[in-house]
Amino acid sequence: MYIPHTEAETSEMLKSIGVKQISDLFNDVPLKHRFSRLAIPPGVTEMEVLEELKEYAAANEQAGELACFLGAGVYNHYVPAAVDSLLRRGEFYTAYTPYQPEISQGTLQAIFEFQTLIANLTGMEVTNASHYDGATATAEAGVMAYHHFRGKRPKIVLSSAVHPQYREVLCSYLCGYEDIHIETAGKGESALSHPDNLLKLIDQETALVVVQYPDFLGRIFDFRNLVKTAHEQGALVAVVVNPIALGLLTPPGEIDADIVVGEGQPLGIPMSFGGPYLGFFATRKEYVRKMSGRLVGETTDAQGRRGYVLTLTAREQHIRREKATSNICSNQGLIALATTIHMSLLGKNGLKQVAGLCYHKAHYAAKEIAKLPGFEVIGAEPFFNEFMVKCPKDVATLNYDLLDLGFLGGYDLRKEYPELKNHMLVAVTEMNSREEIDDFVQALKEVSDD
Amino acid sequence: MQTPQNLKYTSSDEWLLLEGKIATLGVTDYAQDQLSDVVFCEIAVGVGDTLDKNSIVATIESVKAAADVKTPVAGRVTEINEELANMPEVINTDPFGAAWMLKFELSDPAELDSLMDAEAYKAFCETRGH
Repeated sequence: MYIPHTEAETSEMLKSIGVKQISDLFNDVPLKHRFSRLAIPPGVTEMEVLEELKEYAAANEQAGELACFLGAGVYNHYVPAAVDSLLRRGEFYTAYTPYQPEISQGTLQAIFEFQTLIANLTGMEVTNASHYDGATATAEAGVMAYHHFRGKRPKIVLSSAVHPQYREVLCSYLCGYEDIHIETAGKGESALSHPDNLLKLIDQETALVVVQYPDFLGRIFDFRNLVKTAHEQGALVAVVVNPIALGLLTPPGEIDADIVVGEGQPLGIPMSFGGPYLGFFATRKEYVRKMSGRLVGETTDAQGRRGYVLTLTAREQHIRREKATSNICSNQGLIALATTIHMSLLGKNGLKQVAGLCYHKAHYAAKEIAKLPGFEVIGAEPFFNEFMVKCPKDVATLNYDLLDLGFLGGYDLRKEYPELKNHMLVAVTEMNSREEIDDFVQALKEVSDD
Repeated sequence: MQTPQNLKYTSSDEWLLLEGKIATLGVTDYAQDQLSDVVFCEIAVGVGDTLDKNSIVATIESVKAAADVKTPVAGRVTEINEELANMPEVINTDPFGAAWMLKFELSDPAELDSLMDAEAYKAFCETRGH
């Protein structure tokens, strides 16, 4: 890292804020989470160190080499080789939008295409240039709704079937707003409760209602009634989506959702142990001035040629910092580009095909697992590519044994929903062949028999 | 640059017209000239709202900047210009007329005395560089 300050300048800055050394600034981070010195004995050669590190690395199990039935927000989809080879072109190395953005017409055009594709997919009018991930995009929906009502509606109603980490990030983003009050529906009730249980929480104080589609537990609900109720109370509705599922499902724009957000990872981004990913954020044109992040527009120059510009920049941080409605100024440019390439390669029919494969394979897996003694597929609701299975044993134990057989088992729901003991959330994608699904079913039988 | 005689002015370029206990508020000719083409205006308060001194009542965006409009005096909103959102360009063409933003009943009309009159405001604008 290049730090331009001299030692004298650094010590002067530390002195003026009353701190002895730079490491003191990190005191709030527990010691065990800070990077410590590597314990490399003196005199060891680079060759020897590398050899040892390779041995450690080889001990890792990699998702790509296992049969993966784990999802819960991140999914194992095929990424065509063209995505990476286009992405690695030198022209795209700097994802950062320059301060005179119009000089980078290629960057702006790619963002414009991204916005257009996401708007089409979600059925919404406007999409911004992206966020860090699905969780932060969801949090920005809360921020936008709060500002839309100028702080006069302090309540946000969250479904307990929204991704638990998204709910946590939303709470982190909004905890600085003293007057905001977040109500998570389904608390005390079963996590399996119907979203209609949210209706009684929606009132004139409510700024935003957040639901997920398909929800974290894989279920698909018709939210038309919920949207209607929210709108009658004057509240906005945000729907968190899996973009691949929209290849089959009615887009939230068609059921009058006000905000659609989601995780872009299933669209051409490798799982990569948790990131970098991509958040997308779509809304209606009437809310565009309260939308966080940046927006690229298409225009014509003085000579009538097509060109791309950053629009609505007057509200951005570098112009009006204290009034900026969010602190996202740059974006996940390179990741958004990967998603754009991926969507362009798939096309409308390709995306439908991927969604169809996920749907049918998941339903085949559910049917086969339901035949196993002691296993039960939970829920009467339709599902897309993920479903809950009640197992005869503790899920953590099953997953440990499955790993020995080369399978990455489903998500252990007890971690987030204590009442869902022995419940496994199984995800299936186009990457799981029928043979692999049959083997997984067989493996489940074996590990539960022990 | 216009500075109508019947108005009071603030150092942040708002104008106020007092009629009885009701004040009308907008931004000045100098302000619109500095902002250049206005593309958006949002009134940030509603009828019945209580305004504190120096609270933000509107936001204006032009092609090159965004600015807040504040009230220099306290009061209660009686009327807002609903039309302005649909034709923000009148802030450029008719800042003292069609571009009025809101009317409010003053808590203490004497507070207006501390504001500049047309002559003082005109002189104030001339001292400011570009």
